[in-house]
Amino acid sequence: MTQKMHIKLTVNGEDKEFLAEPRELLIYALRENLNITGPHVGCETSHCGACTVTLNGKSVKSCTMFVAQANGAEITTIEGLGTPDSLHVLQEAFKEHHGLQCGFCTPGMITRASKLLEENPTPTEEEVRFGMAGNICRCTGYQNIVKSILAAANELNASKEAAQ
Amino acid sequence: MIPAAFEYHRPTNMDDVIAILTKHGDDARVMAGGHSLIPMMKLRMAEVPHLIDLQDIGGLQDITIDGRRVTLGAMVTQHELVNHQALANVAPILRETALQIADPQVRYMGTVGGNVANGDPGNDMPGLMQCLDAQINLVGPDGARSVAARDYYEAAYMTTREDDEVLVSVSFDAPKGGYAYEKQKRKIGDYATAAAAVTITKDGGTVASASIAMTNLSDVPVWSETACDALIGTDCNADALKASVEAMLGDIDPTEDNRGPVAFKRHVAGVILKRAITRAWDRA
Ligand SMILES: Cc1cc2nc3c(=O)[nH]c(=O)nc-3n(C[C@H](O)[C@H](O)[C@H](O)COP(=O)(O)OP(=O)(O)OC[C@H]3O[C@@H](n4cnc5c(N)ncnc54)[C@H](O)[C@@H]3O)c2cc1C
Ligand code: FES
Ligand code: FES
Repeated sequence: MTQKMHIKLTVNGEDKEFLAEPRELLIYALRENLNITGPHVGCETSHCGACTVTLNGKSVKSCTMFVAQANGAEITTIEGLGTPDSLHVLQEAFKEHHGLQCGFCTPGMITRASKLLEENPTPTEEEVRFGMAGNICRCTGYQNIVKSILAAANELNASKEAAQ
Repeated sequence: MIPAAFEYHRPTNMDDVIAILTKHGDDARVMAGGHSLIPMMKLRMAEVPHLIDLQDIGGLQDITIDGRRVTLGAMVTQHELVNHQALANVAPILRETALQIADPQVRYMGTVGGNVANGDPGNDMPGLMQCLDAQINLVGPDGARSVAARDYYEAAYMTTREDDEVLVSVSFDAPKGGYAYEKQKRKIGDYATAAAAVTITKDGGTVASASIAMTNLSDVPVWSETACDALIGTDCNADALKASVEAMLGDIDPTEDNRGPVAFKRHVAGVILKRAITRAWDRA
């Protein structure tokens, strides 16, 4: 075991400090050191996207990043997007359009989709499929996931227009 | 999957990087996006007692376009290659290639330098850099030097870069005429079963010049001069395509793996090259 490092992260707007070995993967630092269990461990091999978080404005698979690499970063997880009392537009849309079944992939799906819609607020169906290609779902089927994301995009754009 | 323990270094200038590399020799290695290195460390196929994270080194993040001369800093990500409009205007083959690498999350992290330096025959940038006749720019304890991409790769994971050298950028002249990067993969996020990078210039109705490189069909990327020669002076008719594909097949040396047996890979290589040439010719 190597010496532990002093790690500072800003997660969902809150400053967090803890000690960890540099080799610890970010997903385990979030889940085990910080008890932020929204991001899931699916494949642990950079393929499924269940561990996706937003890190310094990038969608990142947190199973493929050392906690040392993330030191100093700003991170958003599914917990930072909405709460049970006040769901994020994407969470509402997934609920409404049956975008989830078991829900295992959903935190990664929604976290990735939130970044996708930020970068491209009016995606076509094809752009949604291409932009979500790093996230795998084993039970819902992609049809309703894509439908949910497109519905959320419409909803966000409608409320933007209404605000103007 | 927990990698072996390592000491983590995050220097802020290149001199410190070189000093750590010099001090620890084989025991030290740089990390860019980590999306090839971390999976290898998790599998314990790579052991890196001293890991040097390049994220805080300045001057490696830039895309510079000077007339037709393009320089990509080592830490430019595939995501940036996709989204950089000025680069897409002058050298759209970079975007076309980057879009076929991995998936969105990986593209935010994976870098040009890591992809070129890694030496994995499955990486897509090395073939592209050979097609573009790029220069690979390195620095080390003895200063800076440049190596032609076509001379860079020696064997799988073996390149002319010394252990204490760092790749700082790649530079090339934006290709004129038509271009294509065509890739066959089993699914998004997979490495190529076969891929081809092609550029073609046209003079009147015939091919004036061509450059052809193949990915993942040998233990190094393959730039096929004979495949280029078979096109030059022709109007890219069916016979010329056939001759070019035949010539390319003489230069590749695929091995059987989970993407298929040798005969299948040679078949796919032919199909992919034909498509790439046709698309590049249409765009020329
Ligand atoms: C799921 C998945 C799918 C992928 N699919 C593809 C694909 O289809 N095509 C493809 O080409 N790639 C693919 N990749 C690889 C991805 O593009 C990598 O990110 C890239 O190959 C390496 O870049 P990196 O910045 O992550 O390098 P790292 O992983 O940080 O480094 C890779 C190697 O290069 C060395 N290195 C890195 N930077 C430098 C430098 N500046 N100087 C000297 N040495 C350096 C490191 O020491 C290491 O040995 C995939 C990766 C994943 C996880
Ligand atoms: S757990 Fe990270 S990509 Fe599957
Ligand atoms: S909802 Fe079950 S894996 Fe996607």
